[in-house]
Amino acid sequence: MSRRALLILPVLLLLGGCESMMPEPWVKPYERHYLADPIMSFERDPVAAGYMNHVYEAREAARGAEGGAGGGCGCN
Amino acid sequence: MAVTDRVNVFTAIALLLISTGVTAAVLPEERADSMYHSYSGGGVTIDGPSILVRKNIDNKLSLSANYYVDMISGASIDVQATASPYSEQRDEYALGADYLVDKTTMSLSYTNSSENDYQAETVGFGIKQDFFGDLSTLSMRVSLGSDDVMRNGDDDFLEQAEHRRYSIGWSQILTQKLIAELSVETVADEGFLNNPYRSVRYLDPNSGTGFSYQAELYPTTRNSDAVALRAKYRLPYRAAVKSEYRRYADSWGISSDNLELRYTHPLESENLILEGKLRFYKQTGADFYSDLFPYLNATNFRARDKELSDFSSTAIGIGATYLLPERWALFDRKNTVNLYWDYVLFDYDNFHDVRVHDGDAAINPGEEPAYNFNAHVVRLFWSVWF
Repeated sequence: MSRRALLILPVLLLLGGCESMMPEPWVKPYERHYLADPIMSFERDPVAAGYMNHVYEAREAARGAEGGAGGGCGCN
Repeated sequence: MAVTDRVNVFTAIALLLISTGVTAAVLPEERADSMYHSYSGGGVTIDGPSILVRKNIDNKLSLSANYYVDMISGASIDVQATASPYSEQRDEYALGADYLVDKTTMSLSYTNSSENDYQAETVGFGIKQDFFGDLSTLSMRVSLGSDDVMRNGDDDFLEQAEHRRYSIGWSQILTQKLIAELSVETVADEGFLNNPYRSVRYLDPNSGTGFSYQAELYPTTRNSDAVALRAKYRLPYRAAVKSEYRRYADSWGISSDNLELRYTHPLESENLILEGKLRFYKQTGADFYSDLFPYLNATNFRARDKELSDFSSTAIGIGATYLLPERWALFDRKNTVNLYWDYVLFDYDNFHDVRVHDGDAAINPGEEPAYNFNAHVVRLFWSVWF
């Protein structure tokens, strides 16, 4: 697996250097007024979202991939 | 995947992020939140405050601090079956720093959680970058946790556990009204992973009820993977829907799926934002879980923790955010008051309610009704933006 990790590095760097080959961003900055609305954020309130993740993690076996507010509660 | 290999992969991605400075990143909002939270269900009440403050310095550095308390009282079904009601408190302190350097946001965090029988410290490092004309955001985070597990009433009992978490997220603007995010997280645990108080039950013909209890015993390692895909769509009128699906699997044989749907609807003339949600969760239990083992020491590992059983839960939630009018706003800043209520039904397939043996009913071990309960979750908070 460490060999696979070494292979990933140049591939990622290559992708990073080939932005000119990528398509143009199709949503321009001036077309993002809907997305800029606070109701469009995945979680508007970090304190409340973090708490719900804690509630779920304490009562369900599943953990992880909660998005921006995740990261574990440090509790048993 | 070995831990060192994961570190290599994450190092490679971190180098990529640093090497592709394309567009500016933005620091999180400066705000303070004061929350009262409450969970009540299954005979247990857990409530307390959470205070979160975030302040930026020179548009380069964002500092955050969080103080969180869980005050626990009551007796869950496990406690009613094998122990006495209790109360305890968990205090959690978290500090974070986000540094904007050359269009990349780098984050550091430290969390300390303490109870009278459990101490946990976690450090985390994250890196995030917008690119492709700000349409895409790639983020990764690594955290390392170290726990001391103690047992009240047994001064000689001290065990350790370690947790490593690795997560990657890709957020993508797809259209003018649609944004999606893919999250992947791997967690590796090692050490003393079971609850030192919890017991399993086994058939015992010498017992009056037909069964007895012995201590749980879990494996000392656990590796899990979770993948989540979420999307948010702006409706033709000013409202938004969110959908989220997560798939989870781990080395203990547990797998789960959960689906969440959320609807957000502002009422501008009333200064209100209303929200409703539905969430469904279903899991299959651990390989070494059993509600009733056939005899003492029947298996190498054993658990009767209902969180490791086959079960499903359904949650319905509503909430409202009220933007305070200027005459009430403190510090002449944007202020909101928020109230959210969630109602959750837990339905266990193979965790039975042994409390039926407390009465006169003659029920054979293993034939007790399956357990279920409901819980109310409340979040009430006040937020102010600096």
